[in-house]
Amino acid sequence: MSTHTDLIPQEGHPDNHGHNHHDTGAGHSTLKGYMTGFILSVILTAIPFWIVMSGGLHTSGMTALVVLAFAAVQIVVHMIYFLHMNSKSEGGWTLLALIFTIVLVVITLSGSIWVMYHLNHNMMPSMMEQQMKNMP
Amino acid sequence: MSDIHASAIVSDTHASGPLQFHLTHEHHPENGTLLGFWMYLMSDCLIFACLFAVYGVLGRSYAGGPSGADVFELPLVALNTSMLLLSSITYGFGILEMQRNRLRPMLVWLGITGLFGLAFLSLEMYEFLHLIHEGNGPQRSAFLSSFFTLVGTHGLHVTFGIVWLITLMVQTGKLGLTTENKRRLMCLSMFWHFLDVVWIGVFTFVYLMGVLK
Repeated sequence: MSTHTDLIPQEGHPDNHGHNHHDTGAGHSTLKGYMTGFILSVILTAIPFWIVMSGGLHTSGMTALVVLAFAAVQIVVHMIYFLHMNSKSEGGWTLLALIFTIVLVVITLSGSIWVMYHLNHNMMPSMMEQQMKNMP
Repeated sequence: MSDIHASAIVSDTHASGPLQFHLTHEHHPENGTLLGFWMYLMSDCLIFACLFAVYGVLGRSYAGGPSGADVFELPLVALNTSMLLLSSITYGFGILEMQRNRLRPMLVWLGITGLFGLAFLSLEMYEFLHLIHEGNGPQRSAFLSSFFTLVGTHGLHVTFGIVWLITLMVQTGKLGLTTENKRRLMCLSMFWHFLDVVWIGVFTFVYLMGVLK
C-alpha cells in the first residue's frame, strides 16, 4: 500500500500534503489500483456465473462451495482495491472494526443456519407422530 | 498544555498584554468523519447479515410455491451485476478526478455512475414487478418474503445512494471541490463500494446458490 503514495500525481497535492491527507483521508487512490480491482472483479464474477449457468459441477454442494469461495475472494478484492482497506488507515481502527464485524457476521449467519436447520430436522412430521404415539 | 503555561508566563513577565488562560490559536482535532462513517457501514453490514441469515433459514421454505430455480433469471442478474460493477469503477474514476481537483470531469463520471445505478434499479424493479405480476409476490411463501426483504433492502440502499449522489453533484457544482465536499465524496465512495460488496453476497448466496438443486 505504501507504493501508492509514490504514484500520486503531484499537481493534485498542494504543499501541505500532510494536512490535506487528514481532511480527505481514506488512502489515496490510483488508476492502477482501480483497474486491477475492476478486472479481478469481472473475472471473479464471470467464472461463478459461467459455472452455474453451464449446469454446475458434479454435485450441487461442490458448486455451492466453489461459488462461495469466489465470492469470498471477490469481497477481499473489493475491500483492498475499492474501499482501500489496509492496516494503517485511521491508525488501524477501520481494520479492527472490520474484523469485529466479520466475527459478528459469521456468528449470526452460521449460528442461525445451524440452529434452524436442526430445529427443522427435529420437527419433522414423522418425528411428531412418533412422539404422539409415545405419549400416554 | 505547555502552550497555555508558556503564554501565561510570557504575558505575566511582560505585564503588558492581558493574561490568557486559553489556547489563542484554534486547536485542530483529527477529523474522525471517515472512521465514523466506516462504523456506520459496519453496523449496516450487521443489518444485512441478519437479512442474509433470515434468507438462509427461510430460503428453502417454498410453501408449495416456486423455488429459486423456477423464478430466477440468471442472464438478467448477470446484467444487473455488471451494471453495479461498472458504476463502482466509474465512481472510482470520479474520485481520481477529484484528487486532481478537476471538477467537470469528476461531475461527468459521477453522472455516469448515477446512470449505471439507475439502470441497476430499473432492472431490479422490472424483476420485482414481473415476479409480483406472476403471483409470486412477497406474500406467496417464506422464501419469497425473505428474498424481497433482502434484495429490496439492498435496492433501497442503492436508491438512497443515488439521491445522495445527485445531492453531492449539485453541491460540488455550486461550491466547488472544497475540503468538506471532498470528505463527503469519500464517504459516498465508501458507501457505494460497500453496496457493491453486499451485492456480491446477494448474487452468490441468493441467485447463484438459489438456482442450484
